[in-house]
Amino acid sequence: MMTGVLTLHRTSVGKKVIMALTGCILVGFVVFHMYGNTKMFMGPDEFNKYAEGLRYLGSPVFGYEHLLWVARLVLIAAVVLHVWSASALVTQSRKATGGMKRYSEHKRHTSYAAYTMRYGGILIFLFIIFHVLHLTFGVVGYAAGQFNHPGGGNYDIYNNVIYGFQNVPISLFYIVTMVFLGFHLFHGVWSMFQTLGLNSATYNTLLRGLAVVVCAVVVVGNISFPVAVLTGVIQPV
Amino acid sequence: MKLTLKVWRQKNGSTPGELKTYPADHVSPDMSFLEMLDEVNQALIMQGEDPIAFDHDCREGICGMCSLMINGVAHGPKEAITTCQLHMRSFKDGETITIEPWRAKPFPIIKDLVVDRESFDRIIQAGGFISASTGSAPDGNAIPVAKPDADKSMDAAACIGCGACAAACPNGSAMLFTAAKVAHLGHLPQGQAERHQRVVNMVATQDAEGFGNCTNIGECAAVCPKEISLDTIAMLNRDLVIAALKGIEPVVK
Amino acid sequence: MSKPKQETKTRTGTRTMEFVASLDSKQPSGPIEQRWDKHRFEMKLVNPANRRRYTVIVVGSGLAGGAAAATLGEQGYNVKCFCYQDSPRRAHSIAAQGGINAAKNYRNDGDSIYRLFYDTVKGGDFRARESNVYRLAQVSVNIIDQCVAQGVPFAREYGGYLDNRSFGGAQVSRTFYARGQTGQQLLLGAYQALERQIAAGSVKMFSRTEMLDLVVVDGRARGIITRDMVTGKIERHVADAVVLATGGYGNVFYLSTNAKGCNTTAIWRAHRKGAFFGNPCFTQIHPTCIPVTGDHQSKLTLMSESLRNDGRIWVPKKKGDSRPASQIPEGERDYYLEERYPSFGNLVPRDVASRNAKHVCDQGRGVGSSGLGVYLDFADSIKRLGKPKIVERYGNLFDMYAQITGEDPYETPMRIYPAIHYTMGGLWVDYNLMSTIPGLFVAGEANFSDHGANRLGASALMQGLADGYFVLPYTIANFLAQIKPGGLDTSDAAFAQAEAEVAGRTQKLLKLKGEHTVDSFHRELGKIMWDECGMARNEAGLRKALKRIPELRSEFWENVRVPGEGGELNQELEKAGRVADFLELGELMCMDALTRAESCGGHFREESQTEDGEALRDDENCAFVSAWAFTGNLSKPELHKEPLEFEYVKPSQRSYK
Repeated sequence: MMTGVLTLHRTSVGKKVIMALTGCILVGFVVFHMYGNTKMFMGPDEFNKYAEGLRYLGSPVFGYEHLLWVARLVLIAAVVLHVWSASALVTQSRKATGGMKRYSEHKRHTSYAAYTMRYGGILIFLFIIFHVLHLTFGVVGYAAGQFNHPGGGNYDIYNNVIYGFQNVPISLFYIVTMVFLGFHLFHGVWSMFQTLGLNSATYNTLLRGLAVVVCAVVVVGNISFPVAVLTGVIQPV
Repeated sequence: MKLTLKVWRQKNGSTPGELKTYPADHVSPDMSFLEMLDEVNQALIMQGEDPIAFDHDCREGICGMCSLMINGVAHGPKEAITTCQLHMRSFKDGETITIEPWRAKPFPIIKDLVVDRESFDRIIQAGGFISASTGSAPDGNAIPVAKPDADKSMDAAACIGCGACAAACPNGSAMLFTAAKVAHLGHLPQGQAERHQRVVNMVATQDAEGFGNCTNIGECAAVCPKEISLDTIAMLNRDLVIAALKGIEPVVK
Repeated sequence: MSKPKQETKTRTGTRTMEFVASLDSKQPSGPIEQRWDKHRFEMKLVNPANRRRYTVIVVGSGLAGGAAAATLGEQGYNVKCFCYQDSPRRAHSIAAQGGINAAKNYRNDGDSIYRLFYDTVKGGDFRARESNVYRLAQVSVNIIDQCVAQGVPFAREYGGYLDNRSFGGAQVSRTFYARGQTGQQLLLGAYQALERQIAAGSVKMFSRTEMLDLVVVDGRARGIITRDMVTGKIERHVADAVVLATGGYGNVFYLSTNAKGCNTTAIWRAHRKGAFFGNPCFTQIHPTCIPVTGDHQSKLTLMSESLRNDGRIWVPKKKGDSRPASQIPEGERDYYLEERYPSFGNLVPRDVASRNAKHVCDQGRGVGSSGLGVYLDFADSIKRLGKPKIVERYGNLFDMYAQITGEDPYETPMRIYPAIHYTMGGLWVDYNLMSTIPGLFVAGEANFSDHGANRLGASALMQGLADGYFVLPYTIANFLAQIKPGGLDTSDAAFAQAEAEVAGRTQKLLKLKGEHTVDSFHRELGKIMWDECGMARNEAGLRKALKRIPELRSEFWENVRVPGEGGELNQELEKAGRVADFLELGELMCMDALTRAESCGGHFREESQTEDGEALRDDENCAFVSAWAFTGNLSKPELHKEPLEFEYVKPSQRSYK
């Protein structure tokens, strides 16, 4: 018998709550990830030290990469739950409107961001896989031997990023995806508060504003990295 | 005014329907939209054709019986009114107007533009009430209700149960309807005893009826003739989370 | 000057009657304050364990029907509830705007049960039964408590207590309200209580189902014949008691403020089966409706009476003056209500305001394209109070007006005209709300009781809920306690016969395939009724109508065109059945109006007026309830009279000068 919060997945609203909570974790990650990466503008030493530092998080209480793995597992779980809830909800909605063509559907209010959540979501999901294969594992987008696998005292992620983004199509893919991530966050961040019941007329404008700020910071920050590489602002060492 | 109507015609729930074109040649701008359909129907009857079936009753925007997707918008182009309050001066001479029924799985089509909305009644049956049997009430002034609470309750209670929210929702969700009832009763002290059980039951029933889920798009509130706010949905969500934390399970009869 | 009206002595009315009154109102005796309590104690009860063995049919799901069905369900009876709408929440009670009266005296301004009773009897122009009205005033206080407990979001003051306002010229603030949607909120309260019982299994709901006949077995109402409006199936339902709460019959006029579906079929069919029809000619006309714009008009929209608090009513002094309102100088305007009734001015009661509007329009001074309208002008109030204040008070009404007419009432004066709004008449019932057919109860607007010849504002909601929550549950129990449950099923010959009649009628309508639509007949009937039996009635006109209506009825049965089939959703067939019944009721209304040779409340006989044109009652000869029996010949119904006694409120002439 499951009780309490563990029954959330049973209802549509509960699934949305799961999406909001996991979304909250993922937004936190995205913001932190962007912030960490801005260290590349402070030169190779700072940036590589940051990569090394992530692995010693919580030291000396936690061992090498322990907390990093905890974070990774939490993030993976969040992504899985977020995607699972989303697909279950999409299926439910398809059924609710299914088989009924609406001939002259004309939306009055639906923003592009709200309307494209599920498509943006799929793109972002595919992007995450690519991104991990690319900058984490180095198995795509690099010439042989160009990617420097971090670990064992070797943290040259600075050059990894720059070589990675010097590939123009890949950089463009990153930039385009970030625009979609922006849309996703623009609706998602506000929606998170609404779903958790933390929104009301009093706070609506504030929360819409917060969503815009989060979305702008993440998008501008993330796009600045490939742009900086492509324009030669930062160079490999 | 002369108009062209493209109207959804469907004999019953088990036969497929189609959009058929009819001329409406003698339209006065002072007519209401439904009076325009009345005129078209009078002509159809005299031509020996089956008139267009559509739901309507009070024709003053309060009973919630009338529906219609007019050019793809629930209750037509003007905000905060029902179809029966819409007048033909809102349209241009020569315009083509597409008229469709509410389309959502839990609103099966009965005939032409008439749909079955009993799913809404079943959501109310699940808990959209305060269990106060006749005779059991204390004096009306025994429990003061802060004016802002009474006002918020009234804002939500204005819902007429027309179904425009679910029909307009890209997800086919009835959340605005359900939330309006949850907020109406939840803002009042009298509604507190059953507050969390109510929301759990109503959400479970809403899902079981086959409505979609809410992705906070806001199309519902944009077409709502009574301008019910998305705040009500936030309140429902909040109540459901608290209910889940309390471990309240749905009791559905 | 009007002649002073002599006070009626008790029972004077009965002596001159052509028919011996055989109607027992079953009013309890004793002091009026104690009658209901005494009666409640004397009534028999049904043991809670036995209640589920009794089946009660409730037709109609508005305030009276919804409240009765829910309450009977709560008490454990087996209830079947029927409505023609797709949900019980849509009954036309929902459209009431203003409020609900209750003698709570929360304002400490001198209200009391007795005062509400007094005002209602007097407002009804002394044509209501005192005992019933007193009970209504008594239970009014319970209604508010019950509705608050159910979650009706009544307007509150900042301290959290219930707000009240004065309504319809009442001298105390006793009207409770929920914005301009009081009817909606009260109905939702009853609807929610009803849905709770449906979920509990004690009430079975049949929506989109229309009652087409009453089944009487051995002189008792034992069931109904219905048509499933989706499948067209004709069905039989058996019960131990039947409640009709099917609202008023204002749609006999075609144009009214009623919902399009409101009809008389249920009560009319019951009338044909033996229930007497009480005071059919008593109809209420509301003065502040939006005027008709053309032949396409399908219904009339009411705007709250509160508009008369700040609006000034006028017409041009000159006949046929077609200048826009703004170009008519002050000196050429006739503020006829202020002129004629200096102390009440624009706030005279509904019937007086309506009749005067008709009067000036009949003189050719009406405004608007049809000439049937008078101005309701807010220019002075806007000047005096400022536009924001007017927006705050009437914003939603002004928006509604602009939406319907396309005119801006802040710039040009509103145009208003009276419209049929409510019917005080209905099936005759005794103190127990039981009709002349044992086991047939009638509640709400469908019965004739409580309002006399004129209903006060905010009293319709009160009566519907009083009947449903607090009267029927007792009186039905009293009836059921005296009979054995069941003992009959739908295979009984009476059911078969009633079903065959209904099916035959339906088939006949479908087979005619004539040359005119149902609506064209309905419009014509409406016009006859409005012209001859509307705001003012006279013998010649009524006789004309009495000749014309039977002709129209025969034309209908020869030449109406009802398309489609019976076994499907067929809205024209539904309408046809209803119009067929209106065509019969209309005749009875005219006959009643002709018989009642006096003016009282909403019934204004031109022959009975004072020298300066005010309504003149005839308490000597007309202090009775007319109760019409169906004889099989529509043009020769039998009149019975229930004499009215006024022990507490002595009849007096209303004056608003």
